[in-house]
Amino acid sequence: MSIETKKYPVGMHPALPPPSGSVGPLRWMRDNLFSSVSNTVLTLLGLYLVYIIVPPFIQWAFIDSVVYGAESRKECLAIMGEDRGACWSFVYRRWGQFVYGFYPIEERWRVNVAFILTFITIAVVLVEKLRANKPVLIVGILLPVVSFFLITGNSLFGLVDVPTNKMGGVLLTLIVGLSGIFVSLPISIMLALSRISKLPIFSIIATIFIEFIRGVPLITLLFIASTLLSYFLPAGSNFDLLLRVLIMVTIFSAAYIAEVIRGGLAAIPTGQYEAADALGLSYWQSMRLIILPQALKISIPGIVGSFIGLFKDTTLVVIIGLLDPLGIGMAAISTTAWAGLSTELYVFIGLFFFIFCFSMSRYSLYLEKKLQTGHNN
Amino acid sequence: MKKLLPIAVSLAALTAMNVSASTLEDVQARGVLKCGVSTGLAGFAAPNDSGQWEGLDVDLCRAVAAAVLGDSEKVEYVPLTSKVRFEVLKSGEIDVLSRVTTWTFTRDASLGLNFAGVNYYDGQGFMVPKALGVTSAKDLDGASICIQTGTTTELNAAEYFKLNGMTYEPVPVETSAEGRSNYIAGRCDVYTTDASALAAQRSVFEDPTAHVVLPEIISKEPLGPVVRHGDDQWLDIVKWSHNVMLNAEELNITSKNLDERGANDKDPAAQGLLGTNEAKLGAMLGLDKKWAYNIIKQVGNYSESFERNVGKETALKLDRGLNALWTNGGIQYAPPLK
Repeated sequence: MSIETKKYPVGMHPALPPPSGSVGPLRWMRDNLFSSVSNTVLTLLGLYLVYIIVPPFIQWAFIDSVVYGAESRKECLAIMGEDRGACWSFVYRRWGQFVYGFYPIEERWRVNVAFILTFITIAVVLVEKLRANKPVLIVGILLPVVSFFLITGNSLFGLVDVPTNKMGGVLLTLIVGLSGIFVSLPISIMLALSRISKLPIFSIIATIFIEFIRGVPLITLLFIASTLLSYFLPAGSNFDLLLRVLIMVTIFSAAYIAEVIRGGLAAIPTGQYEAADALGLSYWQSMRLIILPQALKISIPGIVGSFIGLFKDTTLVVIIGLLDPLGIGMAAISTTAWAGLSTELYVFIGLFFFIFCFSMSRYSLYLEKKLQTGHNN
Repeated sequence: MKKLLPIAVSLAALTAMNVSASTLEDVQARGVLKCGVSTGLAGFAAPNDSGQWEGLDVDLCRAVAAAVLGDSEKVEYVPLTSKVRFEVLKSGEIDVLSRVTTWTFTRDASLGLNFAGVNYYDGQGFMVPKALGVTSAKDLDGASICIQTGTTTELNAAEYFKLNGMTYEPVPVETSAEGRSNYIAGRCDVYTTDASALAAQRSVFEDPTAHVVLPEIISKEPLGPVVRHGDDQWLDIVKWSHNVMLNAEELNITSKNLDERGANDKDPAAQGLLGTNEAKLGAMLGLDKKWAYNIIKQVGNYSESFERNVGKETALKLDRGLNALWTNGGIQYAPPLK
């Protein structure tokens, strides 16, 4: 063996590779999966669970499933024959309803354009490089106005009016979810600042508002929006239902986020406030330059948690008769053609919400990492 | 975008402070009928693959729209859950509620609502697997029964078994889908709910013929359209929109033979229906001369609507049963159009 024969001066022997078994996947598995008897048992149990759940699910959802060519559950079953997989045909056949609700088919391009514009806006708001460019930022912030006119229609531009009750599905979820998120954030910052304000009028009003809204379930607010409000409004007035829902959802999430932000404000050491005062900054300057950047950074996980909650809460609108994707799906599986496909529906809707909520949570993690200035580790 | 929306529309809401006159005038001014329906119930109200609402309850909305606006398509369907339906009607968000609503004394007398007729006579029934060999609900002593909790169904079943000196073991379920899967899995011997819903459930089974709905109907569930108190003209319009469909069936007038029958029909009842004689029936309701013609032409008579939505040719395969005309052994009976 060459290693044995070659002579090296003392202390000059080159490093040998580590013994096999102390590096690589084997070592990792021994350390992490089989380090003790109980860990070994848990690992095997976990593998067994994966084995009994994942292959049958893949078999059901992909291999044995039917997407095209069936116009009812019966036809689905006929195509499948003996192997019973998922019948996704109702999602395929009603794709338009899932995405646009009952929005007129010939006008749906407007929604598509609005989707693209909204995507651009989100990109501008979220990506720092785009946001740093003033003109791009202004265009990005103005695009939602264009989307609004695209979706609701405007005679000036020759767009047919589409009443809001025609909107449903993903479109409805995005309208309620995104406008709730974007409008409630500034409101909640104002509420949080008011609540800790030294001026009693601000703090009392903000406290009453927050505690009242937080003390009432969202579903109650939606009921008020859909039925009770009509008693207070003058007879014959037509205050759009979707708008009422938007207002309720926005103030509901604003109240929650305000408390999250107040938590962030409370976590800022008094020294920071005093330092801002000592620099001679005005109240708004100190808030904008010193306090809020730190407080909001601390509050990110809580704020995004509220946003995710708000996004999922949009399914509650089905109770007051607005059809979000879940409502559209429930209506689909209650027809004679598609009855009995509840498993498929829930898997599909679950996936839809998972994609949106998971993206939000990943973005918040990225934001936290980026804003990490190293004070706390 | 939504920042502008609240401001714009609240201004619009404030400026639109016109006082409501009557439901009829409101609907005609608006040009569209707001009709409350189910969020989805096979045969009664559900959107089809192309987004059109279909069903027996939907046809009633279309009939009212045809009578009032001359176009059965001018309906805005407001899907409602059973929890909010009465509040939404009372608050004026909808003009008529056509959502498989059981006509009961309490609802009629205490809610400030009026029932404008019965477009479907339902009742609670029992479904059992054929293999069980049961032919009558009287044989169900000791059976386990899937029942939706917190419904009148639960009370009806308890009363029925008590009255007949029988016992049963309830298997509580929350939704109809849960009830169906429990029943199919054999966790209960019997499934009970409204007979029309039983038929809908059975149509989904892999082998519908392996299950029978027992002949006993243990409760009365007259389902019909509902309107607000205080507008008798509107109540009459909804009531007679339904009655026109029944009368047309009785006179054998359908959407297809309507124009042939037309002017040369000698039957005064048919003339009244078609608006061809001197009796100005429509005007008495504040409607035009063709109100009944439009209903039959665009929606059809009751039989056409029934067969199209829940009848033998559909997956529900419901018998006319109680819903046959009184002349055919049922109890659908409309006062004469005179």
